[in-house]
Amino acid sequence: METFIQQVINGLVLGSVYSLIALGYTMVYGILNLINFAHGDVLMVGALTALSTILVLKAHFPDAPGWLLMLCGLATAIPVCVVVSLVIERVAYRPLRNAPRLAPLITAIGVSIILQTLAMLIWGRNYMQFPQLLPGEPIHILGATITVTKLAIVVLSALIMVALMLLVNRTRLGRAMRATAENPRVAGLMGVNPNYVIAVTFAIGASLAAVAGVMIAANYAVAHFYMGFMPGLKAFTAAVLGGIGNIPGAMVGGLLLGLIESLGAGYIGQLTGGVLGSHYQDVFAFIVLCGVLILRPQGLLGERVADRA
Amino acid sequence: MSTTPLLRVAGVNKRFGGLQALSDVGIEIERGQIYGLIGPNGAGKTTFFNVITGLYSPDSGSFELDGKPYSPSEPHRVAAAGIARTFQNIRLFPEMTALENVMVGRHVRTHSTALGAVLRTRATRREEEAIRQRAADLLAYVGVAKYADFQARTLAYGDQRRLEIARALATDPKLLALDEPAAGMNATEKLALRGLLENIRKDGVTILLIEHDVKLVMGLTDRVTVLDYGKVIAAGSPYEVQRDPAVIEAYLGGAHQNVATKDAA
Amino acid sequence: MRLFFPQWRHSKAAAIVATFVVGACLVLLPFVASEIGNAWVRALAFAALYVMLALGLNIVVGFAGLLDLGYIAFYAVGAYMYALLASPHLTNNFPALAAAFPDGFHSSIWLVIPLGAALAAFFGVVLGAPVLKLRGDYLAIVTLGFGEIIRIFLLNLNQPVNLTNGPQGITLIDPVSILGVSLARPANFFGISLPSVYLYYYLFVLLAVVSVVISIRLQESRLGRAWMAIREDEVAAKAMGINTRNVKLLAFALGATFGGVAGAMFSAFQGFISPESFTLHESIIVLAMVVLGGIGHIPGVILGAVMLAMLPEFLRATAVPVQRALFGEVVVDAEVLRMMLYGLAMVLVMLYRPKGLWPAPEHGKQRPGTAENAPSASIV
Repeated sequence: METFIQQVINGLVLGSVYSLIALGYTMVYGILNLINFAHGDVLMVGALTALSTILVLKAHFPDAPGWLLMLCGLATAIPVCVVVSLVIERVAYRPLRNAPRLAPLITAIGVSIILQTLAMLIWGRNYMQFPQLLPGEPIHILGATITVTKLAIVVLSALIMVALMLLVNRTRLGRAMRATAENPRVAGLMGVNPNYVIAVTFAIGASLAAVAGVMIAANYAVAHFYMGFMPGLKAFTAAVLGGIGNIPGAMVGGLLLGLIESLGAGYIGQLTGGVLGSHYQDVFAFIVLCGVLILRPQGLLGERVADRA
Repeated sequence: MSTTPLLRVAGVNKRFGGLQALSDVGIEIERGQIYGLIGPNGAGKTTFFNVITGLYSPDSGSFELDGKPYSPSEPHRVAAAGIARTFQNIRLFPEMTALENVMVGRHVRTHSTALGAVLRTRATRREEEAIRQRAADLLAYVGVAKYADFQARTLAYGDQRRLEIARALATDPKLLALDEPAAGMNATEKLALRGLLENIRKDGVTILLIEHDVKLVMGLTDRVTVLDYGKVIAAGSPYEVQRDPAVIEAYLGGAHQNVATKDAA
Repeated sequence: MRLFFPQWRHSKAAAIVATFVVGACLVLLPFVASEIGNAWVRALAFAALYVMLALGLNIVVGFAGLLDLGYIAFYAVGAYMYALLASPHLTNNFPALAAAFPDGFHSSIWLVIPLGAALAAFFGVVLGAPVLKLRGDYLAIVTLGFGEIIRIFLLNLNQPVNLTNGPQGITLIDPVSILGVSLARPANFFGISLPSVYLYYYLFVLLAVVSVVISIRLQESRLGRAWMAIREDEVAAKAMGINTRNVKLLAFALGATFGGVAGAMFSAFQGFISPESFTLHESIIVLAMVVLGGIGHIPGVILGAVMLAMLPEFLRATAVPVQRALFGEVVVDAEVLRMMLYGLAMVLVMLYRPKGLWPAPEHGKQRPGTAENAPSASIV
């Protein structure tokens, strides 16, 4: 039973991160019908930027409290990611808004590669250690353990998601976003500037990705140029699982995928009689992805994509 | 000489969310007829077409072609069974030449495999030649032979409509279903179209057509069904139907003017 | 030949001369390249292999319009199949097999090529069948997922039974041997000694030429027309009786066969394979070749494949010395530069020349006075 609770907790931690990233995918797809293939790499840029900031600050202020360093890291990571994301949208996606759908997908792949190589140039190819900034002693809950970092991840993610729901449902901007997501042209006729809304969408997604990137780096204590690929792909799976374009769907999908992955990895040995081990963990996400797309492509909560007729 | 109708469709219902697009619609077409399907815009004519040709799946209905029941579940199976269609908005293959468009129509009646193509077997080469020849003949039959090597999208509107008919004929259909073939045509073109359709009927293909042009419908069709709001409100000879008060009512009363519109529902 | 330069469509003589000239160039190329450096000949051999891969992907992406991001999986299948059938791996790990085959596993090329093609086609059908109904971008992601799943399995199938030897890969793979002549040893040809690399180059060029011929024949067949029809208007294609699902599946399977055969050849050439060679990056590189060269246009695809395959060697020869001269040191590693150029190529091509560097010429005549800029049916 303790294992089960432990796996559930791990799953929630994992799932919270996936949700944050998935929101970025789902919002962009909802408005542009575009899979922002480079989203995972934005996460990576966030993590590495934060790491550089933290290392610099640590060198100059060795006694600074960990949580403060973390905040400073986030404070630099978020703007950098937003800028990167806006540049990508402007240069690589906007000119192709009316092109057949596969063109921006190919561009997105190219952008992803460019981001990775730039990261390689700036930060090198090696895995870099992300320092432990929050207290490390584990807390015991219901017979399972959780670190402060993990707890912070879950709590912060929950707060962010609540804030996002409020933004989307209760503010004027949120209304504009929802309108543009449903029908950009008509929203434009109502006085909404679609380019502005799209930029805001990308910016929000990038901010969430930056936070998620820092969370991943802090959780695994490591960061490197390729760290965005897997989380990105899995988060996309989560977005599809919940229903692409559907914001609550991304949240639900993320948490669900985290749980599936964690429980699967934990129990796969028992389930397959030792034939398959937990290094097949990544495969779970892919199997879920293929399964959802083949069996229920609209996801659990239904997809919401723009009417771009 | 069989007297079963070529096409017998009954009890078709189709709902899209809150809209009941078709209610208990049925049709019976005899072999060799030219059958018209008319009604005001939005009556459900194209929806009905889409149902019988497999593009939409109906909520209910029975379908029989040439005495044999068929399930309109997949368009390619319907084409193989013998119903070919054209589209209201013309769906040619825009960047293929006119000849190639018609050659694609032959696909369903030919069998060359990938292996045959790779090895260039004699059977494959012979079939290719036959396909090419038949396509060329069909282009001549509908009157666009001189555009054989032109990209389909560059043809004049009226020629594109005729090309679409040629492509549909290439599938050797028993029933040719035409969705507003005369839309956007001028009087001369419509006369030519009428001649073409009568030739097609003479050559053994039964025709079902959706049309708005009253003169064309009166002069060409043997029998007509009238749809309004998804229901059949009249069926009979064009003469009878034209005088049916329910039909006149549906068309907003008075003499129905020639309202050939391109963007009809 | 006449496909490449349509202006020669009516001159059979010009086409024959051109064929001879190109043929002669291909034969002499390794001799010229070896003057620059031996690595160049190896690069040429790989280029021929990539041409095969790119043409295979072109059938899927270019002819049928299906974006496959996991194409490298078929390459992996072919490579591992040959590795298992022509190396000591299975006999080392399974005593029962060692007893049954005391001389070890060795396979003739005449068996391997058809078997590789068939196995890859099988995988193509298995992977394609459930996913071909998905819309374009979803199909891309699912195929990406499949490619990764296969790579992960290859990486981990060393327990409980050691099938693939995991991350260490399989070594000591037999070289290709044709009619008793092993390509691993230099051969004597009319007094000229041809090193093993040259022999492999000629074999791969021959296979590439066969690939080109097969591609052309498929494109101009009933099946090729069906693919084009689906690309242009899938609904109309269905209405005309084309079983789009089966036709797409056929594209997937046929494209896969090219990958499978290329994979087997790669295995033999390199003598060693590991899951490292079959990553998503490789799938993307092959896609970049097709996109850069000209989606659906066979000469363009060949150009793209050759350019991107020779790029690493070219960069190593220029980027390093240029940087040393300018900066005194290598700022940007050739490897990194290569990847960056791939990425830039994909972005720039999509933005400015979506039909590729060598797109297909206008197909069919235009009626004078008609609008030239109607939206294209190409998938990009």
